[in-house]
Amino acid sequence: MLGAVALAIAATGRPAFAEVDLSGDWVAYGHEDPMERGGGPYAVDYIGLPLNEQGRERALLYTASQIAEPERQCLYYTSQYLVGGPFGFKMWTDTEPINGRTIAWHISGTNDRAPITIWMDGRPEPSKYALHPIGGWASGKWDGDTLAVKETHIKAGYLRRNGAPLSDQAAITFHFIRHGNLLTIISETVDPVYLTEPYVLSRNYMLGTQPIRPVDTPCVPGYEGQEPGTVPHYLPGKNPSIDEVSKMYNLPLEVVLGGAETLYPDYRKKLKDKYVAPAKCPANCGYGAFETNASQ
Amino acid sequence: MKTVIPMKQQHSRKAFVVLAAALALLPHALGQGRGGAPAGPPPTAKALAPFDLSGYWVSVVTEDWRYRMVPPAKGDFQAMPMNADGLKVANAWDPAKDEAAGNQCMYYGAPALLRIPGNLHITWQDDQTLKIDTDAGTQTRILHFGGWKSPGGERSWQGDTTATWEVPRGRGPQPVPAPYGALKTVTTNLKAGYLRKNGVPYSENAILTEYYDVIKGVDGNPWLVVTGMVEDPQYLRMTLITSTNFKKIASASGWDPSPCSARW
Repeated sequence: MLGAVALAIAATGRPAFAEVDLSGDWVAYGHEDPMERGGGPYAVDYIGLPLNEQGRERALLYTASQIAEPERQCLYYTSQYLVGGPFGFKMWTDTEPINGRTIAWHISGTNDRAPITIWMDGRPEPSKYALHPIGGWASGKWDGDTLAVKETHIKAGYLRRNGAPLSDQAAITFHFIRHGNLLTIISETVDPVYLTEPYVLSRNYMLGTQPIRPVDTPCVPGYEGQEPGTVPHYLPGKNPSIDEVSKMYNLPLEVVLGGAETLYPDYRKKLKDKYVAPAKCPANCGYGAFETNASQ
Repeated sequence: MKTVIPMKQQHSRKAFVVLAAALALLPHALGQGRGGAPAGPPPTAKALAPFDLSGYWVSVVTEDWRYRMVPPAKGDFQAMPMNADGLKVANAWDPAKDEAAGNQCMYYGAPALLRIPGNLHITWQDDQTLKIDTDAGTQTRILHFGGWKSPGGERSWQGDTTATWEVPRGRGPQPVPAPYGALKTVTTNLKAGYLRKNGVPYSENAILTEYYDVIKGVDGNPWLVVTGMVEDPQYLRMTLITSTNFKKIASASGWDPSPCSARW
């Protein structure tokens, strides 16, 4: 073993291991998508999501009253919320005591989002019939100095906090890239049920000095006034908020309802001769930005 | 009397001997040692590149859509960490005045350029210089490697950019190309411009630091993520941090040059 390590060094002139230390308390920077990552998106605002027709229809049936149902109260908080939500997190490892290898990376649960365990020991992925917990099942490997993580077995939930759906067939790939005190997480969500193409986000965090609690308030369902036996919903074609954002921001409805075509620069050609910016900012105009962590 | 060495200890000794032999050979394997022949010239930036940035990349706008794909309304400043001076300038934004002054490109300066939806064409201008052309605004950024120093002088929308590969370091010659890493750039000497189309300002003293990372997507296609940090104490109360995502495309088929516009 020692010989192999030495020969690896001799052959490459560099250490055989490229891992970087990701442990610490990472503070989220909310300079992008401020509504989605702050107070929450408008009721019907699927802008920027590559939804398919099925995903769009499902989203439009949603009413926020569904979240009062005990069985749905935690569905915003799948691992997607790591990059969709506003919170920072703590990262730490479990280390094998004899050889010092990393068994797993942990990402703390924060304000309802379930903790994430990233297995690094090469254990096999569970059966597709295995439990799909809210925190999913994740394994990781180092690709140079980037931690690449694949998460599967995700409980069906939401891609955005307004009912845009995420199925239990979805898989999320995360790349964790550290530059000094800056951590960038790139997520690529593939959902064959509700998306036509991968949904890619990149989010930024700075290493903080204030400790973030490794276990924050978990999402615990409780009675919130929704009586059993009914599922709050809108019937197809009856969502009263469907044109709210369209009217406020002078945007075509097809933009508000999402779709892969709207994500690419070419789509601007369709808008150029039609779009007129509102005369003044209609709502949510604040010029602040947040930097936050789970303790705030 | 012969000393009996336990098997485990024998293995440890063998491992130690192998390690010692390997370390003794290390200078030879690396082609240099103390007092040995001097190493050759350092590899060029192009040769060292840990990934291939050259080619065409297209923005995929899943983030900040309302602020990037269309011009936002006057006063829509959400998430921009301006200070009071910045807010005062932003509230005075008037695109007609910018047009009259020939300043249609104020939103196309380096701190905002890559946020504008469009296509990038990245090429090596020479072994130490990377060039980024954008079809949006028909702008060109030049990234200088090799310890290049900004000459100062006249300010420009794209400023002066120094570039370095952040690659693993160790003793002796390093692998060429580097096995992994990122591109870091620092841009100064900028003309004052806008961070958002509706007049959120940055000053001429702003400093833009960027990291260019390439990852392999699920389908094997490369993605370029450019994380930009704008420091500007004149108009910002904290560093503005954004990251922008591009997908590699095979050809120039989407390339569609358009001039700067103060309104679209």
